[in-house]
Amino acid sequence: MENIEYIIIESGKAVQPFNYSVGMYGSKFFNELKNNRRFLGVRCPKCNKVYVPPRRVCGDCFVEMKEFVEVGPKGTIGTFTILRFAFIDPETGTQKPIPYGYGFIQLDGADTLFQHYIDVHDESKVKIGARVEPVFSDEKKGTIKDILYFRVID
Amino acid sequence: MEAAIIGVGMTTIEKCKVGETYADMAWEAVNKALNDAGLGIEDIDNVITTSSDFWDGRTISCMAVGDASGVRYKNCSAVEGDGTFGAAYALARSLSGDYKTTLVTAHSKGSEGISSIITNAAFDPIYERGFGMDMISACAMQARAYMNATGTTSEQLALVSCKNHKNAKDNPYAQLPMDITVKDVLSSEMIADPLHKLDCSPVSDGSCAVIIANADFVKKIKAKPVWIKGVAFCSDAYFMGDRDLSKAKALEEAAKKAYSMAGITNPQKEINVAEIYDAFSYQELMWLEGLGLADYGKAGLMLEKGLFNRDGKLPVNPSGGLLSGHPVIAAGLYRIAEVVLQLRGEAGGRQVDAKRGVAHGVNGLCGQSHCVWVLDKEK
Amino acid sequence: MGKRRVAIVGTGQTHHRSHRPDVNGQELIHEAVTRALEDADLSIKNIDAIVIGNMDHFEGINYVDCWSIDGSGGYHKPVIKLTTGGTTGSTLAIGGYHFVASGMFDKVLIIGWEKNSESDTTGAITTAFDPVWDRLVFAGAISGLAVEAQSYMAKYGATDRDGARVSVRDRKHACNNPYAQLRKEVTLEEVLASPMLADPIHLLDVCPRTDGACAVIMASEDYAEKITSTPDWIWATANRHKYTYLGDVNWGELDSMAEASKDLFKKCGITEPRKQIDVIEMYQPYSFAGIIWIEDMGIVPRGKGAEYIWSGATDMGGELPINPSGGVIACNPIGATGLIRCAEAALQVMGKAQSRQVPDVNFAVSTGFGGCMWTDMILHGKKKPNL
Repeated sequence: MENIEYIIIESGKAVQPFNYSVGMYGSKFFNELKNNRRFLGVRCPKCNKVYVPPRRVCGDCFVEMKEFVEVGPKGTIGTFTILRFAFIDPETGTQKPIPYGYGFIQLDGADTLFQHYIDVHDESKVKIGARVEPVFSDEKKGTIKDILYFRVID
Repeated sequence: MEAAIIGVGMTTIEKCKVGETYADMAWEAVNKALNDAGLGIEDIDNVITTSSDFWDGRTISCMAVGDASGVRYKNCSAVEGDGTFGAAYALARSLSGDYKTTLVTAHSKGSEGISSIITNAAFDPIYERGFGMDMISACAMQARAYMNATGTTSEQLALVSCKNHKNAKDNPYAQLPMDITVKDVLSSEMIADPLHKLDCSPVSDGSCAVIIANADFVKKIKAKPVWIKGVAFCSDAYFMGDRDLSKAKALEEAAKKAYSMAGITNPQKEINVAEIYDAFSYQELMWLEGLGLADYGKAGLMLEKGLFNRDGKLPVNPSGGLLSGHPVIAAGLYRIAEVVLQLRGEAGGRQVDAKRGVAHGVNGLCGQSHCVWVLDKEK
Repeated sequence: MGKRRVAIVGTGQTHHRSHRPDVNGQELIHEAVTRALEDADLSIKNIDAIVIGNMDHFEGINYVDCWSIDGSGGYHKPVIKLTTGGTTGSTLAIGGYHFVASGMFDKVLIIGWEKNSESDTTGAITTAFDPVWDRLVFAGAISGLAVEAQSYMAKYGATDRDGARVSVRDRKHACNNPYAQLRKEVTLEEVLASPMLADPIHLLDVCPRTDGACAVIMASEDYAEKITSTPDWIWATANRHKYTYLGDVNWGELDSMAEASKDLFKKCGITEPRKQIDVIEMYQPYSFAGIIWIEDMGIVPRGKGAEYIWSGATDMGGELPINPSGGVIACNPIGATGLIRCAEAALQVMGKAQSRQVPDVNFAVSTGFGGCMWTDMILHGKKKPNL
């Protein structure tokens, strides 16, 4: 085979910006989080399940949900992992700082799990079933980053 | 073919549905289609969603609309590309013997992304992308090639826009109903020579849902079926330099096959209404020729004679077409839904007299890939 | 048009590698297509339609169905793109099956491909998840899988040693597969000593990144029997793509697999999958799934997966060999991966799997999996299915 130097062409720093609508349900959640530091879920009129994040349709029952209910702010770790490998964060284009705790948290009163960071300073405390509470940012922006992380309170 | 469309649902097409997520839009379209068919979600045995990771700004874009499309306990799949292609797969599933009723949805929110960046990504990353090409600049080149080859004029292009925006005035789903003149089009901003602003469709928000059922199921329900007589799709070469941009070869082949399935030998006589993919004014003329609904190079003249007006011999885009609202991925599925309403006689103020119609969708740049549907009132 | 029998009559795949700078995407696709056509002794002229797919953000190409024409052979043919994330490859196979079964086409070429070397795979997968709700903390497929494994371990007391045993199996099997990317045996100790990526998943528990393509040709009954004397008949397909948000997932069990298997087995009268199925090619991107998902599939009762794996039953020569090809842990060009499972299952049924052949295969199952915790399944058979 011919000995040839293979060329790789880089795409450059191309970005594809988007403005994602969160709709009425997401807007209610983020307004409540921003203004009152409270979490909102939504209850299915058929199966009574409380969903966080709130959304219009219960996938199980295929019905529209309208009843907003307060959940959390405390909760329980449903499941988690601790990320220890480096990868590029598509939000920032830079490497995500590791290690970090990745948690699925069952906020009190909710039936689904809410994803966020878990503080892993003391890894021995981070277990399925451990109680957690949110730590909020000083700045109120109305995004998922208004919560800095959850920490174990047991 | 032993399958029919038994329900359609459309959201209004708008510039920016800021209060709605993809799922919210899909939920509205799906429920409208179910109500239209007189069915519940339990009557649907499988689902196809149509979306695009690029247009939606996320990978696995189909995930966002799953629950709202009722897939939770059903077999399902997802097509990426125009809604007519999603519907083609839905048709295959309905005919496969595995399923009776296929719900197909499509959605797009042009308001959330930047269309020039998204369509730039359709160009080859190594040889073409760096020139900053996008859908508009590519289509401007095609418009130029087509005009040069056929003698079609800017005035004729402008007339397409006038006709369609006027038609949209009777379509409650349309985004841009308006009365404009050829002069208005020609004096609107030049976007990419020879395309003026009013030669171009907007990039819109909207969702459409259609229910396809096999013949056995249709017998058992009360809905008014519109029968699927022919469906074909075909792709041309990728690099624009490999194609004769002034001709729609792939469309000609797709149309030929769809007509042969439907037993149509003279489409100009046998087709009574057409909803086609007029993302730009010139495309309506070019695609009409590709579809055999106008002789090559003559669509502009036929348009001038009024043949494609709503009261003409072959009404084209009585809904107002894409020029009056263009939710990209959903656009072709809207064309199907509009033809269904026409054939059922339920198109309201935009109703034309039609027994048989054509709906048409496009994938890729400058109509690289086309999908043609022939629909009929009778089985 | 109506229900027709459908069979796989030819397959082709690239020799999968971590990085293929010697070919661009279209050329990579073309390698697999050429091999599938050769395998079926057909020319591209004989192909009526093409079903193609990948995951857009790995290569950053919009309208891949249109872009890939020069490699796929789709010039002036019907070409359609399906994409469902990790399940893309199996979704393509199911799509090809429907297009033939429907009578719309007689011979369909199905292509799955990915050049994962062209982007940061984890970054690209992360963009799969909801931009507002999931994307901040999600870390690609591995983070979701780690979360699944944690839940399963908490419920059933499995250990990372159990997981490692699955990795040892697949990596050993891969040595028999000339197309696999990683063909090196490892020991339990080596798996456990490899770096921790996301607790409890070690580096050697998971799949690599791969450049590769796979092509499969399906034909209707009348053509299939003329093309090959050993067609691989598609008995049934089933899938479940259940969740819109990751927080809704019932972690620790794969509901989509449980429901899809029930549907699949019911469609073709499989009542004792462990006895009736002869080989499984499972889209199993990490080791613990080899334990958890065979429970969801109904091969063994809940909590008994590890015991079954340790018994050697799923090794080559065992009662029910799983992943004779080495599976996904040995090679993962994502958009192709599910289709490779389908092709490998077809090779087993057709008796063409060479040194990785399981003897006397009457029924094979191939699966697809996606990081959304989705499942696709296909039942392949040596005998013709009933209509």
